[in-house]
Amino acid sequence: MNLPIHAPLGMIEPLLIVSGVAIGLLLIDLVLPYGKKHLSMWVALAGIVWALWRTLAQWGMTEHGYSGMVALDSLSTFFNVLFLSSTGVVVLLSHPFLQREDVEHSEYYSLLMFATAGMMILASGLDLITLFLGIEVLSISLYILAGYSRDSDASNEAAMKYFLLGAFSSAILLYGIALTYGATGTTSLVKIGDVLANTSGPLAEGLLYAGLSLILVGLAFKVAAAPFHMWTPDVYEGAPTPITAFLSAGPKAAAFAAILRTFFIAFGPVHADWDAALTVIAILTMTIGNVAAIAQTNVKRMLAYSSIAHSGYVLIGVVSGGMIGGTGALFYLLAYMAMTLGAFAVIILYEHQGEKGDELKDYAGLGFRYPVLGALLSLFMISLSGIPPTIGFVGKLYLFGGAVQSGHILLAVFGVLNSAVSVFYYLRLLVLMYMREPQEALPPLRVPVALALVLLITAVGTLIPGLWPSGLFEAARHGMQALFS
Amino acid sequence: MTILGVPLLTALIFLPLVGAAVVFLLPSARLGLVRWTAFAFSTLTFLASIPLWTAFDTARHGMQFEEHVPWIAPLGISYHLGVDGISALLILLTTFLSAISILSTFTAVTNRVKTYMATLLLLETGMIGVFATLDLVLFYIFWEATLIPMYLIIGVWGGPRRIYAAVKFILYTVAGSLLMLVAILYLYFAHHAASGQYTFDLVKLYDTPLGAQAQLWLFAAFALAFAIKVPMFPFHTWLPDAHVEAPTAGSVILAGVLLKMGTYGFVRFAMPLFPEATHTFAPWMIGLAVIGIIYGALVAMVQRDVKKLVAYSSVSHLGFVMLGLFALNAQGIQGSVLQMVNHGLSTGALFLAVGIIYERRHTREISEFGGLSAILPWFAALFLIVCLSSLGLPGLNGFIGEFLILLGTFRMNPYVAGLAATGVILGAVYLLWMYERVMFGPVTNEKNRGMKDLTAREFWTLAPVIALILWIGVFPNPFLRRLDASSAELMSRVNAKMVATGAAVPGATAGTASATAPGGAPDGDPAAAADAAIPEAR
Repeated sequence: MNLPIHAPLGMIEPLLIVSGVAIGLLLIDLVLPYGKKHLSMWVALAGIVWALWRTLAQWGMTEHGYSGMVALDSLSTFFNVLFLSSTGVVVLLSHPFLQREDVEHSEYYSLLMFATAGMMILASGLDLITLFLGIEVLSISLYILAGYSRDSDASNEAAMKYFLLGAFSSAILLYGIALTYGATGTTSLVKIGDVLANTSGPLAEGLLYAGLSLILVGLAFKVAAAPFHMWTPDVYEGAPTPITAFLSAGPKAAAFAAILRTFFIAFGPVHADWDAALTVIAILTMTIGNVAAIAQTNVKRMLAYSSIAHSGYVLIGVVSGGMIGGTGALFYLLAYMAMTLGAFAVIILYEHQGEKGDELKDYAGLGFRYPVLGALLSLFMISLSGIPPTIGFVGKLYLFGGAVQSGHILLAVFGVLNSAVSVFYYLRLLVLMYMREPQEALPPLRVPVALALVLLITAVGTLIPGLWPSGLFEAARHGMQALFS
Repeated sequence: MTILGVPLLTALIFLPLVGAAVVFLLPSARLGLVRWTAFAFSTLTFLASIPLWTAFDTARHGMQFEEHVPWIAPLGISYHLGVDGISALLILLTTFLSAISILSTFTAVTNRVKTYMATLLLLETGMIGVFATLDLVLFYIFWEATLIPMYLIIGVWGGPRRIYAAVKFILYTVAGSLLMLVAILYLYFAHHAASGQYTFDLVKLYDTPLGAQAQLWLFAAFALAFAIKVPMFPFHTWLPDAHVEAPTAGSVILAGVLLKMGTYGFVRFAMPLFPEATHTFAPWMIGLAVIGIIYGALVAMVQRDVKKLVAYSSVSHLGFVMLGLFALNAQGIQGSVLQMVNHGLSTGALFLAVGIIYERRHTREISEFGGLSAILPWFAALFLIVCLSSLGLPGLNGFIGEFLILLGTFRMNPYVAGLAATGVILGAVYLLWMYERVMFGPVTNEKNRGMKDLTAREFWTLAPVIALILWIGVFPNPFLRRLDASSAELMSRVNAKMVATGAAVPGATAGTASATAPGGAPDGDPAAAADAAIPEAR
């Protein structure tokens, strides 16, 4: 068959696998009897491993297809690996949670897979339309997942808030895309970049900057950058904890993939024009996230604000630009994924012990009662606050290095001051765990195998690259090369 | 130099870490086993560090016992270790005090002993690493790696206000050191811009040409991190809290070693990396140092809590160390480095002594005591020696250090030296007055009658420290000889670039050049001056 356009299916093979498994899971649910629903977890995991294998096989390949709307390049491959591993970890995290709540249905895993498919579209989008498509596939799945605990008011509220604000931001994004199209006559990222780089004559500047700003607002909402972060704490607190973990890892990285592509390729030639705006957003995001986190008494809410703050750190890499800044952003997304998923795994494990684990005070005395769990949570908190020898430190080193190198010293200074502030609330968990007595007798720990596995993976992923980061660093650099060839 | 095939410095850094792992695997209930294993590992580390004394080549300039392995190659971060006379002495001090403090804590800490011992050993690894490394990122990693163990030691095993003290300690230190990280990164890229090479190697970064303005900012960022750690007035407020709440071993390590990380930072990083800024800032640093000396002494005088008194005396003594460093001549620097060691020994011993009476009475209020010399004759004798050493009595170690510092300061500016010397007098006042109220007179408090004199273990924690106090006091030459080459090297770095741009700060250059010339420092070396001049000329 000869299609008029270049549309090789092999190019999007991982995406096809993930989408296929997502649809398959919906069908399987019909034949699985009640009590056997956990089999769908295995189907989802098998799909992820298969897609991961095919993604790794694509390592180093570069291809553009579908009228230049979709790219297979080192950046999309890098992000696909990140998405698939984070989804895999979240599937493992979800299983004990769903079983305990007795709500294990295949739809859950199916929605996770659809969300992953959305992220993969987002990361390989070379056209504003593709990006929008990806964002919608991702967001709609997330709205439902946030409200998955149907009987919980908080979960319903989270879903509703997320949906309403998310729909607004999608509309704003779409409006921005329309205006940009009006200004440049194209939605292709590469062509927008060409237009902006080569036009010396009068361009509809007002239109372009209005479009650029609206796209920035739309994407800033998705990464929870201030002042568009308001939804984050409520959604993170209300959503089922595995979904909170998921939100902070994959979808955030996906939105950053879109930001990197849009702002490095399409708006790269006018970097000087958005530099200041994004600098302000980065500083605001870090500061609001970290300062608000200090006041929290709920762990999930605290991690929500911490997630906002970490978006700010990654934005430092985006503003710095260039190979070094971009590589720093990619590396930091990986780092943040490892440490935040690890932290959430500990919270889920602790929730698993009984009706607690959400309030900070529940962690009193945990460190000496459960030494291994305490040590792991300490490791993740130390990494989140950027203290060596952890991946969080190496990530910040790259990010701040990029900022210094590109002359954004002020941004680097704000970054480190914020890190100092963050030490206070991350290490407060250590204070509680090791320096206060437990409120009541803590029962012996029950550890589901899936959670033990997640903890092992995330702990290794947090500690080992903190000591030997060269491999991951090369991978991030390789990923970034797609935008600089 | 290797130990069982492992290079010496690597062995020293990781032996305590192995010890921490071993201790952690022991059964928690076997307290004796846990304590002796921890002590064995720290003693082993001390014995292993002795070659830094015996095999050290005092005639050689530059680094010794070097190890250099690429680590994070794409970024130019390497595992580069090496010591000169200054760091060799400080590592010896660290291994020595670590073993002593672990021995001192056998009966003082009775809960969660295993974790406590493992944490102390972990801390030792971080401290040795700080003094042994010559790569800025590696240095930063070890520097931060000492934070968490000390945080836990204060916060878990400390006194009633331990959490407040622990959080204050870590926030102060982190805030300072993170700004230093930005400065390190700036230096890294400045070096790349000048030489085309990405490296965090300190020895290479020494030669980075930097503009005067950039030097000022970078020096300020480094100095803030180190000044908080020292702590210099007005960044000292975390110290009394941390000391009062920390358990005895924590205080000994904190005063003995951790504070030296700050002064060492000035010697190894801030001063040689940014020589011009060093000269520009010197008057300010000297001003703060003198304020610290007098203020620390005055506040120490009015303390009612013995431990708080010793804590404020540290502020005063560290002021002397900073004063000597920024006198910017060979005597001042030698005296300062020696005084770092002296302060580690005498203040460490003071905290040990305070810990010994605290364990018996569970109070540190001076008014609770009185006439103890009749009840605890052995303790009284040893405590007196320690106090005299701390106040700088000739014949004991403190005198040598303070004398050299004041000599160096006098050459720089006699009035400053005069002002600083009042600190020595005040030191005698607050220490002897405290000693008198605690040890002499009639026994006014009946509770003190039953106090027991030193046990054998307590005696052996104090005796080795006092032996060293006497050795340095009577025969300091072996120590000073080890510092000759290193302090000359430092002086030449701080002054070399000044020759090139000497016109900028004429007063400072003239003063320091004449002061160092008799010491034989090669600051007149035309080649070095020319090297430094080339980038400046461009």
